[in-house]
Amino acid sequence: MSAFDLQKKLVSGDLKVTEAANLFLSQHEQVDSKVNAFVELEKEKVLKQAQALDELSAEQRQSKKLFGVPVAIKDNICVEGTETNCASKILKGFTAPYDATVISKLKEAGAILYGRTNMDEFAMGSSTETSSIKKTANPWDLERIPGGSSGGAAASVASGQVPLSIGSDTGGSIRQPAALCGVVGFKPTYGRVSRYGLIAFASSLDQIGPFARDVKDAALLLDVLAGADPKDSTCSEEAVPNYLEAIDKDLSGLTAGIPEEYFIEGIDPEVEAKVKEAIAQLEKQGVKIEKVSLPHTKYAVSTYYIVATAEASSNLARYDGVRYGIRSAEAKNLNDLYFQTRTQGFGDEVKRRIMLGTYVLSAGYYDAYYLKALKVRTLMKQDFDNAFKKVDFIVTPTSPTPAFKMGEKVDNPLSMYLSDIFTISANLAGLPGVSIPCGLTQENLPVGLQLIGKPFGEETLLQVGHQFQQATDHHKQSPLL
Amino acid sequence: MSISKEDVEKVAKLARLQFSGEEVETFTSQMTDILKYIEQLNELDTEGVEPTAHVLPIQNVLREDKVTNGKPSKTIFVNAPKEEEHQFKVPQVIE
Amino acid sequence: MKYEPVIGLEVHVQLDTKTKLFCGCSTAFGARANSQICPVCIGLPGVLPVLNKEAVNLSIKTGLSLECTIAPFSKFDRKNYFYPDLPKAYQVSQFDLPVNLNGKLEIQVDGKSKVIGITRAHLEEDAGKLNHDETGTGDSGVDYNRGGIPLLEIVSEPDMRSPEEAYAYLKALKAILEYIAVSDCNMEQGSLRCDANISLRPEGQEKFGTRAEIKNLNSFRNVQKAIYYEMDRQAKMLDAGERVVQETRLYDAVSGKTRSMRSKEEANDYRYFPEPDLVPLVIDSAWSDSIKATLPELPQAKKARFVKEFELPEYDAGVLTTEIPLANYFEECVKEGAKPKVVSNWVLSELLRKLNDNNESIETCKIKPKMICEMLNLIDKGTISGKIAKTVFKEMFESGGSPEKIVQEKGLVQIADTGEIDQIIEQVLSDNTKSVEDFRGGKKNAFGFLVGQVMKASRGKANPQMVNQILGEKLK
Repeated sequence: MSAFDLQKKLVSGDLKVTEAANLFLSQHEQVDSKVNAFVELEKEKVLKQAQALDELSAEQRQSKKLFGVPVAIKDNICVEGTETNCASKILKGFTAPYDATVISKLKEAGAILYGRTNMDEFAMGSSTETSSIKKTANPWDLERIPGGSSGGAAASVASGQVPLSIGSDTGGSIRQPAALCGVVGFKPTYGRVSRYGLIAFASSLDQIGPFARDVKDAALLLDVLAGADPKDSTCSEEAVPNYLEAIDKDLSGLTAGIPEEYFIEGIDPEVEAKVKEAIAQLEKQGVKIEKVSLPHTKYAVSTYYIVATAEASSNLARYDGVRYGIRSAEAKNLNDLYFQTRTQGFGDEVKRRIMLGTYVLSAGYYDAYYLKALKVRTLMKQDFDNAFKKVDFIVTPTSPTPAFKMGEKVDNPLSMYLSDIFTISANLAGLPGVSIPCGLTQENLPVGLQLIGKPFGEETLLQVGHQFQQATDHHKQSPLL
Repeated sequence: MSISKEDVEKVAKLARLQFSGEEVETFTSQMTDILKYIEQLNELDTEGVEPTAHVLPIQNVLREDKVTNGKPSKTIFVNAPKEEEHQFKVPQVIE
Repeated sequence: MKYEPVIGLEVHVQLDTKTKLFCGCSTAFGARANSQICPVCIGLPGVLPVLNKEAVNLSIKTGLSLECTIAPFSKFDRKNYFYPDLPKAYQVSQFDLPVNLNGKLEIQVDGKSKVIGITRAHLEEDAGKLNHDETGTGDSGVDYNRGGIPLLEIVSEPDMRSPEEAYAYLKALKAILEYIAVSDCNMEQGSLRCDANISLRPEGQEKFGTRAEIKNLNSFRNVQKAIYYEMDRQAKMLDAGERVVQETRLYDAVSGKTRSMRSKEEANDYRYFPEPDLVPLVIDSAWSDSIKATLPELPQAKKARFVKEFELPEYDAGVLTTEIPLANYFEECVKEGAKPKVVSNWVLSELLRKLNDNNESIETCKIKPKMICEMLNLIDKGTISGKIAKTVFKEMFESGGSPEKIVQEKGLVQIADTGEIDQIIEQVLSDNTKSVEDFRGGKKNAFGFLVGQVMKASRGKANPQMVNQILGEKLK
């Protein structure tokens, strides 16, 4: 059942929130020992919330857009009184003393905060393998990775444990795992959703967004998450449209841009075929297809790994063992405290990125790397500005390949980084992007179709995605677990 | 540009990270690969291009000068590795 | 060899806002450790800063007063370094695009004025405070109450050439900051802090030498002393053919010496980059004009007006305008009808000395402007002499009583009766025949002695002009 229908049923009282919660909990018990999507899920906490919601009056229920709907939370979003670790040892035992703005909004909307999902440590990774807590499996093939960094969030929805979840996307961390797990993952325009309470990886790129089985549910959740926040200076005041109304319009009159730079050597032929089928489907539904060029696409990964690691090296400097998190027990002096705490607390991928970020900002290299990257970022943004003069949205594959095997890329950071090649540009340009299931490979692995929109063009993406799903049933496929 | 072991050690110090000799080797070779890849940016002429630090044209987000945090939160020390008499404790700092 | 010092000063001013620069925590001084902190100012994971508007307003106000250009576009940057008092391990500051640029400040040294350039004045957040274990063992404690309080760092050009100029610069700067009420400028509480950059160069040489940065200067006098010490230290090194190293040095007020602080200096590489969590600050002319409209008359302008309007000497006007309360006091006296120069004399000599001796301020002084005027009237009317007036003044300062009442109660009314004075003089002349003879024999200074004796005999109450006149006639 979709979150949309579930909410209706719960509001009407046809189904008790407690009953629904128990159904999800039993699915969790059945499958999560195999999938390992969650790092924490306390049954009592869930049922306590459900009971409180069951006590609300009919009138109170009406106004709550997510009444009784469980929403899983990525482990980098702060929930008051709950441990939040970013899947890192360094934050072991850290209890957030405040709610992220999106958490306050979910509470207000009557959602059940349904456990914390696994992720790459500090959201740095594309496979959820850098988590210090556990490895999450792809529900479609337990030998394979779920994608990342929001691997747990994607897998939790794909394995039917929860109808909705929220993750964060810095270079594709929502869209790529959504594609690899066969669910919908939406990264909003930078500034559409408040970042307050999202533990920062790269502040100028991070955005929180929804995971769902279908686009309509993603629209429902985005509607709750979006909007201005006085606690986040980078959050936009732009009015939030009614996303659920927008999705019902047909696609005639819309033009899609197909960037040639996204259909390159190295892309899996099955992925390419599925994406092209999807494009043909859109054309059939009245979308005009045009070629566009995003000439700086090949520089996206380089630009991203400079900007993101530079910001991360600074954002992660606060984990020093002074105010929270772990502290090295052996530290005898201040230098020990810093070096030992950080060396013991961070995993290799995080260290690698802190190192890279520190290097590109250091004296003598700033202009050659960091400043250069900010300038290329401008060129990439201009590419999109030019493309959007002709088209309403852009269609690409989400990931060049389907889910790869666990361990396949851990020893080769660069090849791991290149798996984000199609998602990174939207973060650098601050644009909204969504991944939608568009079929399965012969090995029964999901393929994702990415739609990239204009700034604050969420409505168009949701409309196209929903109409596509009305005409197809890729999103109705489920893994056998 | 390749990065030397000494560079890696210097950067590690700046970032307050420690590596064993073997780790330094690995990091040096991995970072060299990454930096070599990143150097493709030098193909681009960015003369006269303005850097983008923020993608949105938002400016002047300001707050009124009103005290909103009246009482200190009791939970402020909940996460402190070491706390005494309302202070966060660290090994002695010598100036 | 003779060397010329080249001095530049960096002054950190705590802006007088109610809340911190990026969060709603109070900035009140003296609260219990860590009682004014929140997730934002202790840098908990996930928090974000939001800029305090008043801090920006006060920065603009300061910039305008120092004749700076208010940057139409400025931004914030992160300065990265590890220290326990810095919760995020970076300080939010302004690197290449500060709010205020290219200002100037006029100073007076030895009656000459000189213009010192202001390079920039930028906004940044303060760090917390480290409390060391007094026994020198055990852990240090960190208190983040101060962390995140808005500071304006005012950086001068290296335009000063003597410790006295540095001192004068600080005095002039403090006067302005107090005039425009952007800071309480309390050095003891740390709301005004100063670092000095100093280098030497052989006299006549154009090129600057290598500079040392001196920290921990907790009073203006110590700035002056530290510069003297540093001039001496560097001169000795240069004379011995050694090289001065560029470094940070700490001033020790007890020994009067500076010492190297290499520990903190080690491989400093701040890796500044634009703060992604804050958006740019765009100040248009409407905004800066609205702040300009709130500016009071500044010390230089007030001084010029005092010279012109009250016909005061430059010196008097300069002293009277160092602080607004003193200037206001003076102006009130004049408004009450006192002659400007006469009031100025009394304020500059008697009043300031008394305040200084008793460690009092003009605000708490018991002598109100009206009382000074009353006292001056008594002198004008001949009720008391100038000398008696000093006694009355002392009494007023202590009790706060009106001058008339004091004169009445203490019987300090001047003797202006010819007969009575005549009588006293006769007595003095007969008691001092030797002096009378000396005078008549040509020793003119014997006259002064005799006047003194008459005044003494009258217990200071005789009208001095009358004494002079009558005595002169009698000795003809």
